[in-house]
Amino acid sequence: MPETETEAVTAEGTGAATSGATIELENLTKRYPGNPNPAVENVSMEIKAGETVIFVGPSGCGKSTTLKMINRLIEPTSGRIRIGDEDVTDIDPVKLRRKIGYAIQSSGLFPHMTVADNIALVPKMVGWSKSRVKDRVEEMLDLVGLDPREFHGRYPRQLSGGQQQRVGVARALAADPPVLLMDEPFGAVDPITRDHLQDELIRLQHELHKTIVFVTHDFDEAIKLGDRIAVLRERSHIAQFDTPEAILTNPTDDFVSGFVGAGAALKRLNLTRVRDVGIADFPTVTVEDPLQTIFNKLRNGPHNELLMLDRQNRPYKWLRRGDLMRARGSLARAGQLVHDTVTRDATLHDALEAVLTDSGGRVAVTGRRGEFIGVVDMKTLMDNVQELLEADRLTAMEHQHELEEQRVHQTEQELEGGGGGV
Amino acid sequence: MSPSHQSGSGKGPATPTRPPGEHDVKGHAFHDEESDPSPAPAAPARRITWRKLVVLPAVLTVILVITYVWITNIHLDSIAENSLSGGNVQLRWWQHVRLTAISTFWVLIIAIPLGIALTRRRLRKAAPAFTALANIGQATPAIGLLALLVIWLGIGPRTAIIGIVIYAVLPVLSNTVAGLRAIEPNMIEAARGMGMSGRGVLLKVELPLAVPLILAGVRTALVLNVGTATLATFGGGGGLGDLITSGIQTQRMPVLIIGSVLTVVLALLVDWLASLAELALTPRGLEER
Repeated sequence: MPETETEAVTAEGTGAATSGATIELENLTKRYPGNPNPAVENVSMEIKAGETVIFVGPSGCGKSTTLKMINRLIEPTSGRIRIGDEDVTDIDPVKLRRKIGYAIQSSGLFPHMTVADNIALVPKMVGWSKSRVKDRVEEMLDLVGLDPREFHGRYPRQLSGGQQQRVGVARALAADPPVLLMDEPFGAVDPITRDHLQDELIRLQHELHKTIVFVTHDFDEAIKLGDRIAVLRERSHIAQFDTPEAILTNPTDDFVSGFVGAGAALKRLNLTRVRDVGIADFPTVTVEDPLQTIFNKLRNGPHNELLMLDRQNRPYKWLRRGDLMRARGSLARAGQLVHDTVTRDATLHDALEAVLTDSGGRVAVTGRRGEFIGVVDMKTLMDNVQELLEADRLTAMEHQHELEEQRVHQTEQELEGGGGGV
Repeated sequence: MSPSHQSGSGKGPATPTRPPGEHDVKGHAFHDEESDPSPAPAAPARRITWRKLVVLPAVLTVILVITYVWITNIHLDSIAENSLSGGNVQLRWWQHVRLTAISTFWVLIIAIPLGIALTRRRLRKAAPAFTALANIGQATPAIGLLALLVIWLGIGPRTAIIGIVIYAVLPVLSNTVAGLRAIEPNMIEAARGMGMSGRGVLLKVELPLAVPLILAGVRTALVLNVGTATLATFGGGGGLGDLITSGIQTQRMPVLIIGSVLTVVLALLVDWLASLAELALTPRGLEER
């Protein structure tokens, strides 16, 4: 199955996309005149190529300021910024920004330009040919799941909030920048749409491997999207910079654990995706199969149940052995409509939710176009969660051990250094 | 809906009659692509309707015809005759149009760039001073202003035009400033963040977004100018004001009426033209829906 997806992607032309670049921040500080305390103080971090890093922290902690210093919308007072081995601290900011995608809250689309014009802005600025820009616009709309023919000529005010945000992401990615900065991009949309957009971003990142720096104040969003999360406290001090798993199971201090909040075990479910657990096969029939075949399959199959697919291979109905009898041979009345499906990118949390609400205790997993892939059931979920938690506990213990060693080492060094200095 | 007639035989599987490409199955389960198949964008509505194009010019024509019929059918004495014959009315009309056009041109040349400059970071602090100055220009009675200018610059159309310009700078200036300031900081940040230069942000984002307000200011200024241009006569600038004042001075009602009616017609005509320009120049995406 993964092969087909890769093929589809290449066919759409995103195969040759630029993948991410490293970002290094070195002692970044921002002071505003008239304020004795810096807004951002001495931030150093290294972001790997192709990684999604989330800055999360309470409002006013300087996370946005730190982000905007990367594309120099805010000029740092001191410190260096390196992107892909190039020191960009002193280059022309306009040129720098054309190489960095930037998506902001409530999309920031220009209302006087059509969707296509909005997306075409950066490619035009960097001097792409007309035909290339045109193709790229179609490609980007397709990439973010909007039908190019339908949305091409629309104005932003004719779109829903979620659609606007999609176009915003398409615009940020249009000139194929290695780095994408996102400043609370999903902050202004409703929770359901936000969930969709997050899934979409995960899918995109799966295909594109950009370096993404994403600012949010929502820790759940951070867990869902981040490869690594930087929990920031006031003045953008890094309280912890680690994988979501490590932060959930092993928060460094009270500030971080306060931010993680209650229900860490449940949140842990958000970190594993359906694709990582065993997706089981399930006997299926299609609506076009003759009734006799369906009967035979039901009788001989391992379960006393079948999943009926529609003509596009999408899950349609659950059929149980007795259903056909009760419905007196009429397929229209037999069985239970499939109410909920999950994609392979869905989290275990979503899967659990779906399994719990379905009386049969399992949920159908679908691919990109809604086609059936397999099922996940309660037992699989339980087993997986047990394993995960066990593994987390082990790594957390190891981690703690390492940290303690490190601290001891540090203290020793400091003592020595202090002694030498005097 | 479904193959209900397909009983047991296993032959001739009828297919469910779902429209091809339809994403939902009985409203369930398949909203993972894009949930709302939103209606196709409404056909671009014509912005300038025929009613808008026809009604006002028709009314104005009727007024002009009635006035013409009336003036040719009443008895005019020699003084009135003198004022109205020999192409004098046409001359005054064109003088008036020229005064309005030239003064509006200068108002635009001065007020819009000034308004833009006053919203740039470097000059932002100077904005109140300039607005106050423009306010004084408008607060002074136009006729007093004109008198002062005549004393200073002498008589002639030039003096009249300067007076009119000073009087009309304020609405355009303040609307330009207001229009540029009303743009969400979000927009500017997005524009800068994607790598637009300062000039690019101004030309591609700020000005197009401010167009509706700027045009509203221009429309006000135009109508204002038609009115103020009637005072040009006191500065020796000619225009329809000549007819009105001579009508008053010689106590000839027909002359006064012709001057006034033509001024009113011109003001309405200019306002109508400006409203059309507003509709045509406002960027499509900014229209209220």
